[in-house]
Amino acid sequence: MKPKTLFEKIWESHVVTKEKGTPSLLYIDAHLIHEVTSPQAFANLRKKNLNVRRTDKTFATVDHNVSTTSQRNIKDALSRVQVETLERNCKDFGIELFGLNSPNQGIVHVIGPELGITKPGMTIVCGDSHTSTHGAFGTLAFGIGTTEVEHVLATQCLLQQPMKIMEVRIDGTLGKGVTAKDVILTILSKIGTKGGIGYCIEYTGSTMQNMNMEGRMTICNMSIEGGARAGMIAPDEITFAYLKGRQFSPKQEKWEESLKRWKSLRTDPDAPYDKTVIIEAKKIAPLVTWGTDPSTGIPIHEKIPHPNKMQSKDQKITSEKALTYMALKPGMRLEGFPIDYVFIGSCTNARISDLREAAKIIKGKKVKNTVTAWVVPGSRQIKRQAEKEGLDKIFHSAGFEWRWSGCSACIAMNDDKIPPGKYCISTSNRNYEGRQGPGSRTFLASPIMAAAAAIEGKITDVRNYL
Amino acid sequence: MKKFHKLFSTCLPVREENIDTDQIVPARFLKVTSREGFGTYLFYDWRFDKSFGGAQDKSNTKCVFNNPKYKGAKILVAGNNFGCGSSREHAAWAIAEYGFRVVVSSSFGDIFYNNALKNGLLPISVKPKELEILFQIIEKKSQTEITVDLKKQKIHTFHFPIDSFRKTCLLKGVDELGYILSHEGKIKQFEQRQNIFV
Repeated sequence: MKPKTLFEKIWESHVVTKEKGTPSLLYIDAHLIHEVTSPQAFANLRKKNLNVRRTDKTFATVDHNVSTTSQRNIKDALSRVQVETLERNCKDFGIELFGLNSPNQGIVHVIGPELGITKPGMTIVCGDSHTSTHGAFGTLAFGIGTTEVEHVLATQCLLQQPMKIMEVRIDGTLGKGVTAKDVILTILSKIGTKGGIGYCIEYTGSTMQNMNMEGRMTICNMSIEGGARAGMIAPDEITFAYLKGRQFSPKQEKWEESLKRWKSLRTDPDAPYDKTVIIEAKKIAPLVTWGTDPSTGIPIHEKIPHPNKMQSKDQKITSEKALTYMALKPGMRLEGFPIDYVFIGSCTNARISDLREAAKIIKGKKVKNTVTAWVVPGSRQIKRQAEKEGLDKIFHSAGFEWRWSGCSACIAMNDDKIPPGKYCISTSNRNYEGRQGPGSRTFLASPIMAAAAAIEGKITDVRNYL
Repeated sequence: MKKFHKLFSTCLPVREENIDTDQIVPARFLKVTSREGFGTYLFYDWRFDKSFGGAQDKSNTKCVFNNPKYKGAKILVAGNNFGCGSSREHAAWAIAEYGFRVVVSSSFGDIFYNNALKNGLLPISVKPKELEILFQIIEKKSQTEITVDLKKQKIHTFHFPIDSFRKTCLLKGVDELGYILSHEGKIKQFEQRQNIFV
């Protein structure tokens, strides 16, 4: 039998039909929706008199617009209407909503895995590019636009062309203070923001095998920042242990049956990849981005590269524009650069282990008085867990604000914005111009690097704290 | 969906790489529940000098979108990796509503590419060298009109690739949903076979 990659195994088991001259009709096992990219899809269903085909495979939450200072009160009228529109759509069409009144509300890519909706071998889509997160469980998960949201609501299917497969292999042990975030920022600095276009990335190697699920999710989450719509990691004992006992995980005999199937979900030894990138774990240092795209991460002690060293004219223009926007100069080091805000949150880095690690750095210390620092747990479940462990008190007594869950300052569609011209060290995924609010300037980094910067009021090598 | 056959138009050049969908439509404008009205917000933070909550935003005269030389262009020519980042289809809606029918680059974000095709907006991927030639033509003479022929898959003298199914959809102006719905029987059969997931 022809050896197959993990991607091919999942893809082939989900093709409903493939006619000559058309893309494959791919079946979707779980459809996650949120308030921003779904209203126009529901409006079209109504207009076309269509129903939601599988309400049992559709799950909704509100995250982008929600307030993180109060649980239910959204001040902005448009934001409130968008949330209420999703509430009404879910009620009218019979979809389960983990909404403002639910103890399970949270960022869509945090609650999917947390509730056990995300399971190995599935196809998962959502009108959100960070859907790649779910690939950490050995699923094929990717972001779609609103028209495709409509297609999945109506038919549970999508017309798709298969992706190419890029293996990114990371072997070895990560150094002290080096996290999953530094791994993905390193990968992005190597493949660039377009290296993954047309690909699904499969992350392999001993570093990945030894990483917890939270770290794997951080890595898969940012696959899209390299242009890859999907990222995935073969499921293993760590995956199964994470899933056991969750609300939507299979129970009893079904668990045993599922486990058997899940264990076959790995790339066969001789299956060819379209491309392979190799990275040594021991060479990775804590990174911070200097520019306005996530591939601009540099190790904390390195200098910002000169635009003249870029390969093309357009690249030079792009990099000069980024430096101007960030008000930084080539040749500078980021270490010691003052920051105004610290944001620990987002679907990339707001899970319980992220908060635990950051709390370890913060414990017994104070946030610098020039800095505003926020911790926004990824979900209400995480918030409760953290409070049970007393993490909220550690953050609070250090001077962090402890917030309700939501997308918060990662996207700034809500009240949480970084003011124009201000610098924020952020555990989120995008440092684009204006991403955290018009005129905001973002340094992407890991939760522990953000925590160390909060104490010092400037970018710092977290290894000095370990 | 609007049909697309042939277009003869001037171009607007944006010589920048990695233009993400947050630039095309900033997130704060995504709070509405309709598809219409996004043309107003296209490249908003580029087109306007932001007053950041003070007086009204002023037109940024340095922005290429405000340069009268390129007024009325229906072809947007941009640097490599156009439309990367967020999956927001609002980006495609905004570009189309602003008046563009074609976006040319040497590569596109995968999700943006798909979204564009579903909205009668033709994304054309040309080779980096060809993109450079197009930039030079436009920069030399802004009034140069370029021909795009979808049937022949040609822009100027360059051939471009497009999936044959999507090409047909665009030529006929039909949505994919009808095609998917016509497979109801097969979807049902698949669901019966595949009860093992979830």
